[in-house]
Amino acid sequence: MAVGAGKTYKVPIGPVHVGLKEPITAWLDVDGERIVDATIRPGAIHRGIEFMARERNPIQVIYLAERICGICSFTHIECFVRAVEDAAGISVPKRAQYIRTIVLELERIHSHVLWAGVACYTFGYDSAFNLGMILREKVMDVLEVLTGNRVNYGTGTIGGVRRDITPKVEKVLRDMITFYKNEFDLFYNVATDDPITMARMRNVGVLSPEDAVKYCALGPTVRGSGHRVDLRWSQPYEAYGELDVQPVVPQDLTGEVYGDVYDRFLVRVLEVYQSLEIIEKCLDDLPEGDLMWEPNLPKLLNYLKRADGTGVSSIEGPRGDDTHVVKLTGGEENVTWWKVRAPTYANGVSWPIMFRNNDLADAPLIINSVDPCISCMERMLVTEKKTGSKQVVTRAELLNRCREKTRKVMGA
Amino acid sequence: MQGKNEEGDGSMMILFKILAGLALLIFASLLSLLFEGIDRIFHARMQSRLGPPLFQPFYDILKLLGKENIVPRRAIPWAFNGAPWVAAATALMVVLYVPMGSLQPILGGHGDLILIIYLLGLSAVAMAVGGFSSGSIYANVGAQREMVLMMSYELPLAAVVTSLAWFAYRSGMPGAPFSLETYVSMPVWSVAGWTGIFGILGLLVALLAVVPAETGKVPMDIAEAKTEILEGLICEYSGRNLAMFKVAFSLRTLAMCAVVVSLFFPWSLGRLLGLNGVLFFVADFLFFWVKVLVVQVLGVTIIRTTFGRFKIWQASRLYWYQVGGLAAAGMVLLTLDVIL
Repeated sequence: MAVGAGKTYKVPIGPVHVGLKEPITAWLDVDGERIVDATIRPGAIHRGIEFMARERNPIQVIYLAERICGICSFTHIECFVRAVEDAAGISVPKRAQYIRTIVLELERIHSHVLWAGVACYTFGYDSAFNLGMILREKVMDVLEVLTGNRVNYGTGTIGGVRRDITPKVEKVLRDMITFYKNEFDLFYNVATDDPITMARMRNVGVLSPEDAVKYCALGPTVRGSGHRVDLRWSQPYEAYGELDVQPVVPQDLTGEVYGDVYDRFLVRVLEVYQSLEIIEKCLDDLPEGDLMWEPNLPKLLNYLKRADGTGVSSIEGPRGDDTHVVKLTGGEENVTWWKVRAPTYANGVSWPIMFRNNDLADAPLIINSVDPCISCMERMLVTEKKTGSKQVVTRAELLNRCREKTRKVMGA
Repeated sequence: MQGKNEEGDGSMMILFKILAGLALLIFASLLSLLFEGIDRIFHARMQSRLGPPLFQPFYDILKLLGKENIVPRRAIPWAFNGAPWVAAATALMVVLYVPMGSLQPILGGHGDLILIIYLLGLSAVAMAVGGFSSGSIYANVGAQREMVLMMSYELPLAAVVTSLAWFAYRSGMPGAPFSLETYVSMPVWSVAGWTGIFGILGLLVALLAVVPAETGKVPMDIAEAKTEILEGLICEYSGRNLAMFKVAFSLRTLAMCAVVVSLFFPWSLGRLLGLNGVLFFVADFLFFWVKVLVVQVLGVTIIRTTFGRFKIWQASRLYWYQVGGLAAAGMVLLTLDVIL
């Protein structure tokens, strides 16, 4: 416990750790209980999904994209589908846009409730964790009623959605809104009134507003640092343009920005209420009309086969902006290439900053505070087969390799 | 003739004490596991879960006894293997010094409150030694935390015990001031005036605040924090050694709650109902364990359900300032009660 002795020890958190949901390693340089510095080593759960996509047509890729992540499965397919629609010039019917918005917000509620529970679990507050799990059950039931599935909904498709909101489903959704408006308060109070929660989250894992911009944090992480950044507000898509979504920032409630874990907790909790309002509004304004641009699947596939171009899409997922880029080549049935940039990739960069000068006990909480989705993030892994070593490619090296590649493609 | 008889009585007495002691030790071990099962069910119900079966701790222990006992390559084997035995044995020995209801402790007169505190301390130290000798960084961090935590809660604990003893001595309670039997035979509340009662109340709360740390439960399970340092000092333990540690944890909880009951809630059910003979002892014995269970549910289960885990420096600060301050306030009030 000799703090300030100058000698540091290396403590690994992960790759497999009770406090983490997915494998990632944080090598902490620890002086006593104090973290002096940290190195993040991802690369334990890379699956090569983008490569697999190159042997599939866009409709098949939807189901692949859904399996990038367990929680933001609809966020990924929504983003992919929008990129394909962008590339192929497909317009989505109004009703489908509203239904997509509703599912996106349901997923945000699911993700945030789960996260809040897990955050409490990370510092040993098991009762709040169990309460969170009970609350989460409701939104999963609603998603099951709407889509037939609880995790991978399989409900989005290119040019629309595959499930309609019938009056029966609408009733279930409205019941859920009332349920959460009553019950979520309880969780919020339990978590925020507890003195230990305050002691464990306040001034822990601070990401200053300057650092948040410098290291390109996204979603609730950057909003927790006080910046009004939200794609639903700044660059509305689907039905958000008509809904007037305002970014949630901690200073609106507390008047102050700490940029700590507590602020991120607060942002997520308030976003649950915001999502409930968005769903309510969507249900009120739900327009009549078609669900799909082209319900005939072979016809749609045929159209996509002829489509040529690159499509980009960026949407606000529960953890930050998710970006997909898709290239379709005319005459090719399969996706030419596809690039996914999940929010954790950007948020993970600020981990070492958050770790500095915190306690070892805070480490798992800090990792969880950005709501990391490691399997979303891991898009690349460089391995040297001969030596079996894993290395990190530096920025300069990556830039050089990109230039080489471009020259090769250009035939120079 | 008479001398011979006394000699015979003496050896018979020793034999009886050994047999009774052994029976009591086995009884206490089983009871501590049973109480842990009750604790887990209460904990689960308060979280709206169903919870494990009542006898789950027994199944756990039996399962662990049948598992392989792994000693890490970098561990120091004698310390690593010895620590669980010392931890369990010392926690078990406390039971021999605690009076149960109207039954005198088996080793009454051979040890007092100070010995009990030392035994509980030794049990904690043994756990820390086990952690240090595991050769794992997490166990090491956990052991360091255990030591820091011990240094923190020993202050209020010592303050509570010495204030009570001083009060017992000055207010003329019969018996040795540090002996638990003194407090059992005469409730400390009965000799105190109004200031004294508030003082004792302060000491009681201070002692209850120490219970979670002494028993390694949330919010003071800092040395075994599983989401932070992967169960900390028992990180590398498995099989029989882990079973011993589990028993030691349950026994420490039981012993600590028994001490709280003996010091502050010594009332006898048998006397209240006017029973006598064997029935009196049986009623008191059972009533004692009911009181221990109530203290355990209130002082351990409810606390661990309502709170999250502290960080080590926060816990240290709490024990030195808030809890220490409370104990000191109790001490001052008791002093005033005696002087005035």
